[in-house]
Amino acid sequence: MSDHHKGDGSGVETFDARFPSRRRFLKTMGASSLAAATAPAWAQIAQAGQQHKAPTEPRDDGAPGKGEQQIQLTVNGVAHTLNVKPNAVLLDVLRDRLELTGTKKGCDQGQCGACTLLVNDTAINSCLSLAVSHDGDKITTIEGLSNGDDLHPVQAAFWAHDAYQCGYCTSGQIMSAVAILNDDSIGSDDASVREAMSGNICRCGAYKNILAAVQDARGKMQGVS
Amino acid sequence: MREFDYARADSPRQAVSTHGESEQAAYLAGGTTLLDLVKIDIMRPDQVVDINRLDLNEIETLDDGRTRIGALVTNTALARHDRIKNEYAVLSEALLSGATTQLRNKATTAGNVMQRVRCPYFRDGVSSCNKREPGSGCAAIEGHNRSVHAVLGTSEHCIATHPSDMCVAMAAIGATVAVEGPDGQREIDFLDFHLLPGDAPEREHALKPGELITHVTLDAPLENSRSRYLKLRDRASYQFALASSAVIVTLDGDTITEARVALGGVGTKPWRAHEAEAALKGQKATEATFQKAAEIAMQGATPYAHNAFKIPLGQQAIVRNLTTLTAQEDRRTS
Repeated sequence: MSDHHKGDGSGVETFDARFPSRRRFLKTMGASSLAAATAPAWAQIAQAGQQHKAPTEPRDDGAPGKGEQQIQLTVNGVAHTLNVKPNAVLLDVLRDRLELTGTKKGCDQGQCGACTLLVNDTAINSCLSLAVSHDGDKITTIEGLSNGDDLHPVQAAFWAHDAYQCGYCTSGQIMSAVAILNDDSIGSDDASVREAMSGNICRCGAYKNILAAVQDARGKMQGVS
Repeated sequence: MREFDYARADSPRQAVSTHGESEQAAYLAGGTTLLDLVKIDIMRPDQVVDINRLDLNEIETLDDGRTRIGALVTNTALARHDRIKNEYAVLSEALLSGATTQLRNKATTAGNVMQRVRCPYFRDGVSSCNKREPGSGCAAIEGHNRSVHAVLGTSEHCIATHPSDMCVAMAAIGATVAVEGPDGQREIDFLDFHLLPGDAPEREHALKPGELITHVTLDAPLENSRSRYLKLRDRASYQFALASSAVIVTLDGDTITEARVALGGVGTKPWRAHEAEAALKGQKATEATFQKAAEIAMQGATPYAHNAFKIPLGQQAIVRNLTTLTAQEDRRTS
């Protein structure tokens, strides 16, 4: 979340929450090791940033192949037509097919919450969901929260409260928090938030700051979903 | 995850017809049990019938006062429903004590009824387990049998607890399970739905091959009753019960006029304690009465190497629940 990279080559560090850059940094360094001798690393990262195709364009797989099912998923407001095998898991389709790698695979069996995202505004574990079952559904991932460079209040609160260490569970934590803060049936006291967030495990133990971030975001959520 | 054929059903009849009587077919609702177990290769369907588009999402009050719950009503929706919160508080509380927010948002009423045991020897895929591999033995009996292993209803072939909280509340309330199958529709009494392991622990429920749960219908709430679910566990959230109790009582002054008691975490099925109820009915609501009923409830319990503590813990789950419930003002809000 706190990735900084030199966005325009000017030497001025900019922050772009849409494109956490560690993954791209590793990808870039791997792919361009031959070219690395001829250009500084930061320039290549900047170049990769410019070339990065934001996953905001509709995808259309065309006619389904043998054994595939055609489904429509509206992900972060973009409608995709995808062909998937019946056993394709929603989490894997988002990460591997749509390259929306913000949603994390932790335990992959519904126990850790790292894969939490919103389906039709309801938080679920995407690792225990067949993609084909979600034909026609509206999906919101961590990539869909910010408005351009403007962070969602929950994202901003996690940043402000340092509500993570390694960051692997963070997108799941944030998605759960967004759902909880939009759910009137869940109490606003600390105990209710702890209970409602108990499906998101943080191995680093950042719970204290996560709770503080969620409660801080509560007051800033009016008019934001 | 292994490959399987997939079909999406538009009606219960179509679902049943697609499923057929094959033991290699499986209905898919929330997926929190099925996909978990397919991923670790414990369940191996070659045909998955997706029932999520069936019109089974309603909670209805019937003319006779019973409450009919569609198979696909999620655990969250059921727990938050006004009538459930007000008239069946024990069920709402039991639901909210189970799993996590995300899982409850996916998990369905029928799926919760059908969930499988959490015994690690069942899930590991290699140990002896008569549920997974009939005739192979039960590694839990001589193994680590502390948290998800029962003291009531066990056999020499299986000692795994039924993991559901929801089902414990339903056992106390009283319910019927409506099913549709190749031979048509029928209803099964909730207390007959889950089977004791006996000498065939691979048979877990009374469904015939291909039968689909369409509804669970709760008995009408006991008039002027109060109810509560108490779950005792190793941590405060997101943990299966070591012992739990679902209790419903009616009082006339300080005399118990009606009582329903069911237990979780201690039995191989959702455990209705009829004898304990008989020991409460007509008695004064005192700790001595509760203690006697609790002892009766756990009579015949069989402790294993690491779970003998569940016998006093199960008793305490009953005593404490009754103490709290009878001491407080009427909890019903309607």
